[in-house]
Amino acid sequence: MATKTKNPTVVEKKLIGLADIVIQAAERSKDPTLQIPIRALSNVSFNEKKGLIEMGSKKQERSFFNVGMAKRFMQTVLVADALSELQRADLTTSLREIYYRTKHTIKDSHENTFDAQDESDPVIEDLEVSLAALREELHVSAENRGSIVGPVVFGDDGDRVDCSKLGKGGYSVPSIVEPEYLEIRRCTADFVLLVEKGTQWNRLSEDKFWRRYNCILLTGNGQPPRGVRRLACRLHEEHRLPVYVLVDNDPWGYYIYSVVKQGSINLAFESERMAIPKAKFVGLSSADPENYELPRNVGIKLNDKDIARAKELLNYQWFKKPAWQAEIKRMLASGLKYELDALANKDFQYLTKKYLPKKLQERDWLD
Amino acid sequence: MATKKASASETESISSASRSTPEPVATKKPAAKSAERVTAVEMGARQREISVSEFFTKNRHLLGFDNPRKALLTCVKEAVDNALDACEEAGILPDVTVRLEVVSNGQPVAASQANRFRVTVTDNGPGIVRQQIPRIFAKLLYGSKFHRLRMSRGQQGIGISAAGMYGQLTTGKPVKIISRIGPKAAAHFFEVQIDTKKNEPLVHENKQIDWEQPRGTQVTLEVEGKYQKGRASVDEWLEQTSIANPHVKLIYHTPEGETKEYARTYHELPPQPREIKPHPYGIEFGMLLKMLQDTKSHTVAGFLESDFCRVSAQIAEDICKAAKVSPDAKPRELKGPVAETLYKTLQETKLMAPPTNCISPIGEKAILSGLYKQIKGEFYTAVSRPPAVYRGNPFIIEAGLAYGNRPQDQNKPQQPTMPKAEGEGEEEDSELARVIRYANRVPLLYQQSACSTFKAVLSTTWKNYGLTQSRGALPGGPMVIFVHMASVWVPFTSESKEAIADYDEIQKEITLALRECGRRLGLFVRRRERAASEFRRRNIFELYIEEVVEACNRLKGGKLPKEKLKAQLQKIASARTGGQKTDHALGKTGAGPEGLPHSIIVTAEGIEGETAVASQVEADQAGTAPRATSDAPGETTPIEKPASKAPVVKARHPEKSPRKAAAKSEQTTLFGGKSGSKMKTAKPGKSTAPRKQK
Repeated sequence: MATKTKNPTVVEKKLIGLADIVIQAAERSKDPTLQIPIRALSNVSFNEKKGLIEMGSKKQERSFFNVGMAKRFMQTVLVADALSELQRADLTTSLREIYYRTKHTIKDSHENTFDAQDESDPVIEDLEVSLAALREELHVSAENRGSIVGPVVFGDDGDRVDCSKLGKGGYSVPSIVEPEYLEIRRCTADFVLLVEKGTQWNRLSEDKFWRRYNCILLTGNGQPPRGVRRLACRLHEEHRLPVYVLVDNDPWGYYIYSVVKQGSINLAFESERMAIPKAKFVGLSSADPENYELPRNVGIKLNDKDIARAKELLNYQWFKKPAWQAEIKRMLASGLKYELDALANKDFQYLTKKYLPKKLQERDWLD
Repeated sequence: MATKKASASETESISSASRSTPEPVATKKPAAKSAERVTAVEMGARQREISVSEFFTKNRHLLGFDNPRKALLTCVKEAVDNALDACEEAGILPDVTVRLEVVSNGQPVAASQANRFRVTVTDNGPGIVRQQIPRIFAKLLYGSKFHRLRMSRGQQGIGISAAGMYGQLTTGKPVKIISRIGPKAAAHFFEVQIDTKKNEPLVHENKQIDWEQPRGTQVTLEVEGKYQKGRASVDEWLEQTSIANPHVKLIYHTPEGETKEYARTYHELPPQPREIKPHPYGIEFGMLLKMLQDTKSHTVAGFLESDFCRVSAQIAEDICKAAKVSPDAKPRELKGPVAETLYKTLQETKLMAPPTNCISPIGEKAILSGLYKQIKGEFYTAVSRPPAVYRGNPFIIEAGLAYGNRPQDQNKPQQPTMPKAEGEGEEEDSELARVIRYANRVPLLYQQSACSTFKAVLSTTWKNYGLTQSRGALPGGPMVIFVHMASVWVPFTSESKEAIADYDEIQKEITLALRECGRRLGLFVRRRERAASEFRRRNIFELYIEEVVEACNRLKGGKLPKEKLKAQLQKIASARTGGQKTDHALGKTGAGPEGLPHSIIVTAEGIEGETAVASQVEADQAGTAPRATSDAPGETTPIEKPASKAPVVKARHPEKSPRKAAAKSEQTTLFGGKSGSKMKTAKPGKSTAPRKQK
């Protein structure tokens, strides 16, 4: 944890700046207005050279004296207040706690400042973007979601965590993994395998796949949270480990891969820190059912949402590579999606004993 | 086969049921050749007449006795309909008492558990002459209403005797009747049952008794039934009856021992509907043949002129010429193709639409009064369409709306100032409008979706009027939609009179009426929204300023001149919201309650609109201070000296000769004492202009 300082931190100064905007506008009888970068597809661009999704410069105005925005504005100021309180007390908290901390009924009314957490979460993201402060810097953490196992040793709050000696459960990846919070003391692995699903990660962990192939197994249980992505990125950058991504064969799996590789639209401002442009997609590819003779009956019919999503992906700039266009079109043509779990149809250990070894040996992956 | 016949020609066979002889065997089809042969003679031996009563004993669902709950409602409904028809025809303002009691053998049973009830309906009507009592109550298809074209609740003369028969069938108890035709006459007590084989009454008891009422009729039925509140219950039916019949004083003793009183809020009888002759467009060929046989005229021309409406002597002759029938031919001799030509000619001849003064609509003011009395809302409006015609039958459509939550009610749930938890206060908006349907002032509770009125409500685009509506659904929002069809012959889809058939002409009229209501509601809703949103705007800023200032203060380490910042922000806020203009957005200036005719608007400050209606109900309800009636109602009236006015309005309404009043005009409206005398000087006739015009 950061050491206590009497002087306001940089982040705290930025938060106080918000109050100054209000005060200055009031002085001049102007409508207090915040400039918030837009977090949407319309305001991101794909930097082909860097292989990253980058946020553009479009901003939206959030002004107080506008019926549609007044509440949001008020909420933004409240959250800023709560965040600066965290700075002063040097505490780290969760999104949900911020929600509870800022929730109260407005005086002389029956209205609550926030009705549900989904109102406060985006406000925090707004602040992250507009103050250009990372979530860690704001002292906000998400739920720990993700596990890691393999030949790597961390230092966490002074404790030594050897991920090769944590059984099949592994180490639960904290949501903040910046060097000052989590230290990578030693790493002898050859590569990182990021698995979409916890179940398949369990399979690999139980089979000690990491020991035989000297790798780090990482999972985010679905869309990997920031902690997992950031940790993978650190292992990649600090220890030069290649990162392979293993996901379901469906549009959502493809997207998870793309988020790991290029960054997400919503958090485009963090791509630089999170994205791993050299990450590789090992599977499941839409070519695998044929190559590995998966029977058609273990596939699942693509539903309308899947198809719509797949077509969206086809239009994303970062999926424009011919190999990827072919990959997605092949899935659409077959009309089926496959889960990683479907490999169990051949054998319970097919993934560890056949599929991955073959893939890695043949270097059968997509970039 | 025979059964089928009876049901198919229900109306016809009915009138001849008692006289007809068994059909000759020879007319029957020869028995089909099959393995076991039965001769025509053998079959003939089995063929016999079925009395209407027997038929309905087996097919009681046709009359609304399908299940115990509905049966109980049908009994109440038939008895109340009869009472109201009788009172109105006799020109008496109806006072009706309905009493439901649980009948138990031994232990007392809770009303919701009981399966046997005693239904007693008492009216202050003209009474029934002694000789007729048994037949009216214990003979199916006996009555005064079937053979004439006149608007009334009952039509066929089945209802009350069927209810009696149902009681007899399920409990074995006879129908008990007390009737008295005047203070000088004696009251008669009867116990009658129906001989289902012969469709004739059996009198068990007949004596003179002392009865406290000077005049009227009381019917007591003991029936199997089920009492359950809620949709399509006796309670709902009576409540709706009182909405469409504000001239009725209705007292209801529930089986749970409560007494509900529906006060009379409209002190004049609806004008007497007049009887009319059938219009040629409204009859079928078979009907024409029958009329040709039954007529008293000796010539065809005379028959046409005297037995139909809108056929003058000249037209009658023209018709005869066109149909190539001698005007002097005897009607009874017209048969076959000749009669058919006559029928076709009748249909093709251009005739005036039937007279429409035979229908007595409820009237816009009375609907308003009824809705206001029974339904809590903030906006009410009512529309009576001009008369129209379907298949030669004149009819009038009336529609009304009650919308919103009354201001008092809005405040109520908010009173406990409990902060809302997550997920609370999100459920409210799902409410859909409720449709209440009437035919000749009788509420229709079943088969809503089959009803023409309901279809018209669905096909109206309520979104145009500022309401929400999903595809093919009722509009959303706290709203009651009232639709009434008044006609000499309401085309029901079935004998149990539950839904109005879907004639284009009817559907069109309903739609037009609903649209007019919708337009007024739309104006109201939009104005409210505009005002509310301005108000909300200012409110929002005021609410949030405090929060923002506090948060800024904390951000700045508590060293902020708070009051200064607050004042600065508040100044910006009021400069940015319409200032004083907001107050005018309510459109309080100008005519009418916000310029809307035949509407009532209830606000936190009081009632605007047809205030006479409103004030009287208020007085009747709780003795709260009524807004002054007449010229300048509404906003400015002080509530200082109501005490002297209230009782006058409430207590004794001058009992004018209802007949005279009825004759005056169909639309004259008299609300209680004061406004009544005012209205007398006003021109009778359609009062489309809002009363509040200055």
